[in-house]
Amino acid sequence: MMVGEKMEKYWHSVILDNDYCNGCTNCLSRCPTQAIRVIDGKAKIMKERCIDCGECLKICHFHAKGTLSDGLEAIHQFKYKVAIPGISIYGQFPAEYDIEDVFQGIYKLGFDLVYDTAYAADVLTKFQNQLLKEPFIEKPIISTYCPAITRLIQIRYPSLIDNITRLESPMEVAARLVKKQLMEEKGLSFDEIGVFYISQCPATITSIKQPLGLEKSFIDGGISLESIYSKLLKIIVKGERLYPTVQKASGNGVGWGMVGGQSFGLDTEKYLAVDGIEEVIRVLDKMELGKLPEIDFFEGYACVTGCSGGVLNVENPFMAKARIRIKSAELPKYNPNLIDETIKREDLEWDVEMEPRSILKLDSDFKVALSKMSKLEELAQKLPGIDCGACGAPTCRALAEDIVMNRAAITDCLVLGKFNRRRQKKSKTEV
Amino acid sequence: MYRLQRDESDLAMMKAFEVSNEDFSSAGTASSKIKKILRQIGMDAGVIRRIAIATYEAEINVAIHSNGGHIEVYIKSDKVDIYVEDTGPGIADINLAMQKGYSTATKEIRELGFGAGMGLPNMEKCCDDFYIESVVDEYTAIKMTFNL
Ligand SMILES: Nc1ncnc2c1ncn2[C@@H]1O[C@H](COP(=O)(O)OP(=O)(O)O)[C@@H](O)[C@H]1O
Ligand code: SF4
Ligand SMILES: [Mg+2]
Repeated sequence: MMVGEKMEKYWHSVILDNDYCNGCTNCLSRCPTQAIRVIDGKAKIMKERCIDCGECLKICHFHAKGTLSDGLEAIHQFKYKVAIPGISIYGQFPAEYDIEDVFQGIYKLGFDLVYDTAYAADVLTKFQNQLLKEPFIEKPIISTYCPAITRLIQIRYPSLIDNITRLESPMEVAARLVKKQLMEEKGLSFDEIGVFYISQCPATITSIKQPLGLEKSFIDGGISLESIYSKLLKIIVKGERLYPTVQKASGNGVGWGMVGGQSFGLDTEKYLAVDGIEEVIRVLDKMELGKLPEIDFFEGYACVTGCSGGVLNVENPFMAKARIRIKSAELPKYNPNLIDETIKREDLEWDVEMEPRSILKLDSDFKVALSKMSKLEELAQKLPGIDCGACGAPTCRALAEDIVMNRAAITDCLVLGKFNRRRQKKSKTEV
Repeated sequence: MYRLQRDESDLAMMKAFEVSNEDFSSAGTASSKIKKILRQIGMDAGVIRRIAIATYEAEINVAIHSNGGHIEVYIKSDKVDIYVEDTGPGIADINLAMQKGYSTATKEIRELGFGAGMGLPNMEKCCDDFYIESVVDEYTAIKMTFNL
């Protein structure tokens, strides 16, 4: 269980289940921050490096990895229980269900209120458009919607941190709006209201526990959609409307459930929308080199198709994306004049400076780091360079780094002796 | 081929990268490796970015304008020296080549997204000390220094 659990410096929600892990190396090379090692036949995650992108969960054939999330019972710790479903939920149910059927079903899981997170996206669109018009703003503006990408930037692209928008993600905005509303309208105290995110991915769950740029998240827990999906299917009754209507977002807001949705609502064509972490890395490399001067706004997603591809979702990512597109086109168009005028931009911003996460450093002392680097280079020369993964590190260079950092020994390389003998033989025959 | 005198005083680490003129798709690998090394050493993010931009531009120039060459990175406690040397056509008028927007890149190369004529000016802008020499039909050699 997660609510009330004690915080560590680097908490993350992707977990490994030792019983299922058979020590294969599939996940090693998929990890964009090289956070996984296979030690004693089992995969281990270096927690300070994990950005919770979920890549390893997607590749694991043995279902050895999971996500730390809240169970439904966690909501009962609160007097007033609110559900804010991730926007991608719009694409998760067969077309025969109206999205309002689904929202009404969520009430029946025990919530006092269900709030349309896609409406928070509409609110954000209004302020993103304002930001784009500001003369001195650092461009391209980078969206914070996918927290895995924000953490990737903290680790691998610290010089781009200033480009990250100060506007929070829709789930955080939704939580703020709904708590404020309930405190005003129902006279509830802050702590009496429990806001639960119905989550599509571990990255968002981590952001509840360990928010970026915030002292504390306004969200109290994260429940994976996958874990309540079959229950929901059973209790949803088509056309039944027992509770207040939930759906209030425009087609634009709903579009945020897939890649490109955010940018679609902007008053500019100079945007770039990229899905899939490998492609995002390629684009951020270019951005860091200053090679994207024509771009004013960037949205990047760890998952292919955007949040429709989140690992805690149920539907096929491409099917889900198609449904979101269709739904988005059916709903009324976005109209900034319909956004609640009392909402101020300052209320939607993060407040703690976002720091670089310099965990790739070999040492905090520059001189020591330099000498470790020389050793690393020397070792990397010695190792075969075939990145086979048998040592448990994703690449030969990563093993060299582990050796320098006292996390491994050169004898962990199973290939080294053999490889050198073969190479010698070859060069003899060549002579 | 070494063209420039190396300054090895206070040298902590040296790393060399070959740059070929054959494969445009791999252009950028040397500068991204350099970036990774500097990140692991824990260098300031702003300096890393300037070095990454300058070495990327240098690498691209070697790949598209010369017959191949190398980049050498000399890391010291208070600065980084980067030597970029190639063999090839060289540059006839360096002052002209240093101007923003000047480029002799062919249409094909422009179609690949290179040849905006901003490489040399950006290199000069990013580093603290810039030196270039060239002999037509022989070589181009550049030294860039970044103070830490
Ligand atoms: N290594 C090199 N060898 C030969 N010519 C070069 C080299 N580097 C630059 N040049 C010349 O200088 C010009 C300007 O270079 P640069 O500012 O990088 O612009 P670009 O590479 O976009 O053409 C090039 O078009 C080319 O004529
Ligand atoms: S793209 Fe969306 S679903 Fe995937 S990790 Fe990012 S926030 Fe989560
Ligand atoms: Mg150039």
